[in-house]
Amino acid sequence: MSNAVSALQGKAYDGLVRVEEAGLRGMITVRGNLSNTKLKSAATSLSAVDFPSTGECNCVEESGLAWMSPDELLLMTPYDKAPAAAQRMSKALEKQHHLVAEVSDARAVFFIRGPQAREVMSKLVPVDLSPGRFQPGQFRRTRMAQVPVAFWMRDETTFELICFRSVAGYVFDLLCNAAKPGSEVGVF
Amino acid sequence: MSTRLATGGRLLNRDRATNFTFNGKQMRGFEGDTLASALLASDQMLMGRSFKYHRPRGVVASGAEEPNGLVNLGKGGGFEPNARVTTTELFDGLSAESQNHWPSLDFDVGVVNNLAARFMPAGFYYKTFIQPRAAWKHVFEPFIRKAAGLGKAPKDRDADTYEHFYSFADVLVIGGGIAGLQAAKAAGEAGAKVLLVEQTATLGGRAPVDGAEIEGQPADIWIAETTLALEKMENVTLRTRMMGAGVYDHGYALCYERLTDHAPLAEGPRHRLWRVRAKQIITATGAIERPLSFAGNDIPGVMLASAVRDYVVNYAVSPGDRTVIVTNNDDAYRTAIVLKEAGLDVPVIVDARPDGGGELAARAAALGIRIEKGKGIAKVKGGKRVEGVALCAQAGEGAVLEEIACDAVAMSGGWSPVVHLWSHCGGKLIWDETQSHFRPDAEKAPTGHDGQPFVSVVGIANGSMETGACLENADATGKSVAKLVGGKAKRTAAPKASDVDEAPMLAVWKMPQGAGEKLRAKMWLDFQNDVKVSDVMLAAQEGFESVEHTKRYTTLGMATDQGKLSNINGLAILADSLNEHIPQVGTTTFRPPYQPISMGAIAGETRGEIFQPIDKTPIHEWHEANGAFFEPVGHWRRPYCFQMSGETVEDAVAREVKATRDSLGLLDASTLGKLIVKGPDAGKFLDMLYTNMMSTLKVGKCRYGLMCTENGFLTDDGVVARLDEDTWLCHTTTGGADRIHAHMEEWLQTEWWDWKVYVANVTQQFAQIGVVGPNARKVLEKLGGMDVSKEGLGFMEWADGKIGEFDARVFRISFSGELSYEIAVLASQGLAFWNALLEAGEEFGVTPYGTEALHIMRAEKGFIMIGDETDGTVIPQDLGLGWAISKKKEDYLGKRAQQRSHMTDPMRWKLVGLETVDGSVLPDGAYAVGDGKNENGQRNMIGRVTSTYHSPTLNRGIAMGLIELGPDRMGEVLTFPKTDGTEVKAKIVSPIFYDPEGEKQNV
Amino acid sequence: MLILTCPYCGVEADETELHAGGEAHITRETVGSSDEDFEDYLFQRQNPKGIHFERWRHVYGCGKWFHAARCTNTLEVFGTYSAQTTEPPKDIRDKISGKRPGWSWGIFS
Repeated sequence: MSNAVSALQGKAYDGLVRVEEAGLRGMITVRGNLSNTKLKSAATSLSAVDFPSTGECNCVEESGLAWMSPDELLLMTPYDKAPAAAQRMSKALEKQHHLVAEVSDARAVFFIRGPQAREVMSKLVPVDLSPGRFQPGQFRRTRMAQVPVAFWMRDETTFELICFRSVAGYVFDLLCNAAKPGSEVGVF
Repeated sequence: MSTRLATGGRLLNRDRATNFTFNGKQMRGFEGDTLASALLASDQMLMGRSFKYHRPRGVVASGAEEPNGLVNLGKGGGFEPNARVTTTELFDGLSAESQNHWPSLDFDVGVVNNLAARFMPAGFYYKTFIQPRAAWKHVFEPFIRKAAGLGKAPKDRDADTYEHFYSFADVLVIGGGIAGLQAAKAAGEAGAKVLLVEQTATLGGRAPVDGAEIEGQPADIWIAETTLALEKMENVTLRTRMMGAGVYDHGYALCYERLTDHAPLAEGPRHRLWRVRAKQIITATGAIERPLSFAGNDIPGVMLASAVRDYVVNYAVSPGDRTVIVTNNDDAYRTAIVLKEAGLDVPVIVDARPDGGGELAARAAALGIRIEKGKGIAKVKGGKRVEGVALCAQAGEGAVLEEIACDAVAMSGGWSPVVHLWSHCGGKLIWDETQSHFRPDAEKAPTGHDGQPFVSVVGIANGSMETGACLENADATGKSVAKLVGGKAKRTAAPKASDVDEAPMLAVWKMPQGAGEKLRAKMWLDFQNDVKVSDVMLAAQEGFESVEHTKRYTTLGMATDQGKLSNINGLAILADSLNEHIPQVGTTTFRPPYQPISMGAIAGETRGEIFQPIDKTPIHEWHEANGAFFEPVGHWRRPYCFQMSGETVEDAVAREVKATRDSLGLLDASTLGKLIVKGPDAGKFLDMLYTNMMSTLKVGKCRYGLMCTENGFLTDDGVVARLDEDTWLCHTTTGGADRIHAHMEEWLQTEWWDWKVYVANVTQQFAQIGVVGPNARKVLEKLGGMDVSKEGLGFMEWADGKIGEFDARVFRISFSGELSYEIAVLASQGLAFWNALLEAGEEFGVTPYGTEALHIMRAEKGFIMIGDETDGTVIPQDLGLGWAISKKKEDYLGKRAQQRSHMTDPMRWKLVGLETVDGSVLPDGAYAVGDGKNENGQRNMIGRVTSTYHSPTLNRGIAMGLIELGPDRMGEVLTFPKTDGTEVKAKIVSPIFYDPEGEKQNV
Repeated sequence: MLILTCPYCGVEADETELHAGGEAHITRETVGSSDEDFEDYLFQRQNPKGIHFERWRHVYGCGKWFHAARCTNTLEVFGTYSAQTTEPPKDIRDKISGKRPGWSWGIFS
């Protein structure tokens, strides 16, 4: 719908890295038996990516799957495709115990781009982000300063990060603060 | 006098002069100087005053252990008190002021304390200011407060920025001296990921100053080569100006990096606190020289022998023209040799050992330096500066043998390993009799998550007093630790070093041994806090036998240097006084941080706008732009009211209530929690969670529900809607969304894990807007879309549909008593929907209202509010909510607890309405008093006010309260004392003040 | 600052990513229980110095509750395991026996 706006409407900042709100993204929480073939095939066909293993995220453009917990999957789609995708997922799972909930509007998505992205992120999350330890494909839910976030790497220099919509401003400000010129750490 | 030498200074860049001021006076130094060396180079030996007696103080040490040289540094937003001159690198434009004196450093009125010093021994304050009791508040405390405190508190907001950094290493090496470097090299070569941190700006530690030779070359060359090798290794990170501040459980360590202290104009954060997780930690923290205790050892010009050596070698500064050396070991001879070779005068080396020293002593003698064996210093002469020393026999009582003029004294009482970081997380110490120091007990290392040791110690920090042994031990430890973390050590030999043979040191805790009371009262242990040998002896005599008690009674080691110089000397005196051995007396506990770290570094990014996360609804921006007066609710900021120009908060609230009751109000209710509960067992689960039945709720209907803890107390409430056969939507309070979600997950995961129920928190998926008032239906009908008529959508029903162009879920529920719809739309359209309602509502005088109007309207209706009527001790039965407790259910969370005798006591305070007789507003939280008094002589209380407001609708004060036997006492008038001593009378009434039949909401 | 490995997602979680939930393996008492049993259930905890079994939630991660066997004195962690069990798994109990022979905790040893 034309009057739908993301939390920060694409706000961006250029510092040590580029911090950019990615706009609206279709997101669907799927709770159920992740080893169930119906669930897997619906998820992979709706996202056109491989089904993720524990702690992984596969995402191409705006479509992807992320392993949230042993019984929770995050299905990502373009924003306007989410309602239909949610319906198809519900339909696929109708014979088994499951929960499908659209959460597109409950979230904000950020890109952190640049060669120093690992460093900027390492100021805020208690996770080993050194190149040998965190790589594209891995998915991590953790704490960023004082709020929960989840992130993965698109490529060697790009993080994609999800948080709750209500704290989008806080997360953006945190990232900008960590990316202030002159605050290079120089370890990665 | 102290001066700059014409040549030398290994850390100086003489091409770069640096201007700075001290107490407003212009001075010059060089790049590479510390503030201490630059002050000494300008003959500024007097740098401050001591804490208790305001005695003149000069610098004693050259590093982190310095107790005296503390200054106020910088100005305005860059001001910092208690900066240590020895760890402050000089920069152009530095401005420093000495502390703890008035009116000036040279002439301090407070020094009158000095004359009274003998009347102010340990415990003086405790003993003196006890009686009369009343004097404490008005006489003693104000006086002591004025005299107390070191440095000034900053007045301005800190202009600098700070940050944290999470770092992970296989091996963290703390200390960049030769032992640390070698350990890092060995571990790095074995393939371990190594982080080495060094607190100063230069790697290498004191080996070059001590003239060590490694692999046949001066230490400087080996250090440069090793540093280069380490820099080339991809798996090794070297950081200088970064102190290992603390070692904690499971390999957690805090490292404090000072980025711009030495370059305040540089951009970027001032300090960075590294939050390191290391699999193994090697502490290579070196050792600190101990002072000797002789009378007048606190007079400016008396310094540690190693510090004198540092100033000469590193900074080309001579602390004095004539320096007397006093020692109980060989190391101080190095200082004598360095001074002599720099062309300075060393009138005598006073060696307390009857047999004197070894090879170094022979070298000193060969240089023509006079050596006095078995001698000590009876006293130092001078006031603000050393003028001379009086010699005596160490074994005697201090009879003066000879007086020698000098302007500096270099003392050495032996070396104590820096065991702080080893000890922080439980590493134990052993007493080394030959060196008279505590060193780490390798058998009792701190253990980690696997029960295995995770801290090792190398170099002189481990008590290795010789260069060769330091390197060997560092190499072996680096290799073995690397193996523990999966590395593969190379078979390489440790670097070789040549060491001179040293004669054994002699433990000397008092000089002379038989010093009488008068001398002991002039022997300083803690220079900053003015604790003397006599104070510790007095403490022991008065029964403070535990070292921890002695510390607190005398304040020994409690100054900003945390006793780095005074601890061992102090406890040796204590042990001696108690006739015990030093290890039996033990040490005080070493706690992080090793050195004070800035508050800014601890806070990191947690300041200003990002001090804490603020949750914002999709409509928040509109609120901000339209006069919202916010109040915090959880992490949310909700509009309390919307103030128009010229309006007080009270005016605005009254206007909002009236407009809503008369026509149309809008409430941003997006913050209410929304939890989807789905599954074949969801009904059963909700029946356990809520006190009433949720499984029987029909699809399309809503029901108000109460949740209790297992303790029986009310914890949350809200409206539950049944979405379909196996799906419910539970609304929670604003602060309750995450808490109740977690509560549900906890019970599902840990108690009823075989029940088929999934929960999803969709609170933020929707913006939810309350459309409230007699014209609520009209405005929705004007926007068009779904049927919102009485017949189409009855009270306590919900439906999906369209309102205008918006997909909406509409709940016909009311928290105000008015005709009311709560409408959920997608969060991304929340603001657009809000604006659409404002536009359509214009003809009805639509009025956005805040939480206070919400509260008043619910109170007028007698609806409870979690957090007002409940406080964690209130059960639903107290609130007249028995109707919402199912009698049919066998069990629900809290049911058993509500059967306990105290919960079923008929005398429990119960909810009623309260109406003041005079129409005024009862004070919030006021208590109702009954007859008589309790055993404490206080009036008996029979109830309290839980909510109280001025009702604009009724134009009088209304309140709710919990009153003993309240519902049975309708019409009774109770007395509520106020804090100002007056009383107010209020009548017990029904809590429903407005529209008791509920006609307005059901139209 | 502990590190505990979440048995569900395998993450070596920092203590700041976790929520501590007190003693594990407590049996719920409810309607029909005696006052004494109910009091024990609500209020009585072992608070041992030494071996302990605790509940933790990976609150900033997968959100799952799990149990940890830990020494409250040395902070050694013997293992983490699913919260959906009524007793510590045998391999963890054996591991504790290897390191702390003769241990006991509640009804377990």
